[in-house]
Amino acid sequence: MLRLKKLVKTYKTGDQALKAVDLEVPKGQVLALIGPSGAGKSTLIRCINRLVEPTSGEVWLDDIELTHLGAGALRRARRKMGMIFQEYALVERLTVMENVLSGRLGYVGFWRSLTRRFPQSDVDEAFRLLDRVGLLAMADKRADELSGGQRQRVGIARALIQNPALLLVDEPTASLDPKTSRQIMRLICELCAERGLAAIINIHDVALAQLFVQRVIGLRFGAIEFDGPPDALSPEVLTTIYGEEDWQATIKKDEDAEDDSVEEELA
Amino acid sequence: MPVREISGAKVWRRRSTGEALLRWFGWLVGVAVFLWCWQRISAATTWFFVWDAPRIAGDILDRATPPRWSYIDALWWPIWDTLNIATLGTMIALVFAVPVAFLAARNTSPSVWIIRPVALLIIVASRSINSLIWALLLIAIIGPGVFAGIIAIAIRSIGFCAKLLYEAIEEIDETQVEAISATGASRWQVMVYAIAPQIMPAFAGISVFRWDINIRESTVLGLVGAGGIGLQLSSSLNTLAWPQVSLILLVILAAVVLGEWVSAKVRGAII
Repeated sequence: MLRLKKLVKTYKTGDQALKAVDLEVPKGQVLALIGPSGAGKSTLIRCINRLVEPTSGEVWLDDIELTHLGAGALRRARRKMGMIFQEYALVERLTVMENVLSGRLGYVGFWRSLTRRFPQSDVDEAFRLLDRVGLLAMADKRADELSGGQRQRVGIARALIQNPALLLVDEPTASLDPKTSRQIMRLICELCAERGLAAIINIHDVALAQLFVQRVIGLRFGAIEFDGPPDALSPEVLTTIYGEEDWQATIKKDEDAEDDSVEEELA
Repeated sequence: MPVREISGAKVWRRRSTGEALLRWFGWLVGVAVFLWCWQRISAATTWFFVWDAPRIAGDILDRATPPRWSYIDALWWPIWDTLNIATLGTMIALVFAVPVAFLAARNTSPSVWIIRPVALLIIVASRSINSLIWALLLIAIIGPGVFAGIIAIAIRSIGFCAKLLYEAIEEIDETQVEAISATGASRWQVMVYAIAPQIMPAFAGISVFRWDINIRESTVLGLVGAGGIGLQLSSSLNTLAWPQVSLILLVILAAVVLGEWVSAKVRGAII
């Protein structure tokens, strides 16, 4: 469904963030992208929806090549890709409802969006999604009144109301406490399963990733070092991705992890 | 280096001896220059008038009190004009300042190399000339009266508002812009959903702040014939009608206090 071919991103400073990355994500697959800070994880997902312009290579979403689209075609392609951010990236001074409905901007004309006259079907869907993420009562609150976990739920609803085929998720849990992190990851993965969405999730927390995803990609210095199931993450593999460290505690596949509120931190 | 070793112990001082001496010498030169200037000014001052000043000031205060309250009837219209000049001038300025600010802000300008410098030039040109001078120019062009005052206030305020607003635009949180762009929103939708909500408090604050300043500025525009209460002030001063001057100053004070109160209320309500 999503195919990256020889994707390269070189920043103006000369830093090569991505070195000819090839990646194929089938429909409905949730994959975690792990790797040290600066490995190019954020750049990779931003190159897919072109918040960052790739230097060369191709990005195929179904049968559309995204890197050469003009402004209008890019807008239409972006509607198919929902994005969830680390710091939630809600518009703080708008209400929860407005934030969720902003996911429909790609489908609604300028004047209708200016006057907030969204089609009733969009409003119905927004209420349904708010109910699904457990925030129905908050619809009229301003986004900056919510807690971190609640904000991320709004972020999820905003991404899903786009009716996307693919979710791009950038560090969804990095600003959240361990319990909320699990709830958010579970919610994202459940929703992907319900709707048959593919997702690429950037994540620092290896243990958390192992709990929820079907496939793990390890990125180091802009190149893919590992591609396999979560069980295959051995200390040797983590050493090739992150460098030397004692990895036993990190990849302990603990069934009691649900109650274990202290997660291993990977900086 | 402020760290020295004296018999094995590390001693730290803020400055080395040489630096400290240099600073003392700097202060010495500064005080000497100040005293020399003081002496020059003193030599050029007619001290008789200065010693006389408290008596003259007391005399004027004496003549100015009590204010001539009956004169208030002649002031209602001019003060109303003054408030209108300030309000309309600010509104017109905002209409132009918003697009100029978007063109000048580095993150929203369509062209950083061509359009941004033009927008910055507009801002500098408008800011560099005092509204009293704009009024003098405009009276020559469109004749004396309230309209010249409004335009003078507007031109002077465009730069002020646009400058503060574009700084606010440059300080917005870009991830919110990214998030809205990622939904497939158009450039204008991004402006309405991601940028406008973030700069709204700044916009409201700047507007009432400038309105507040403009009330003060428009009180003097009448001095050059651009409408408002300044005209009465100027003629009262010329005829040495001190009780009228004191009443006019009281009215201006009341208008400014009103302006302060309104802007405090608006700022409190929006932020």
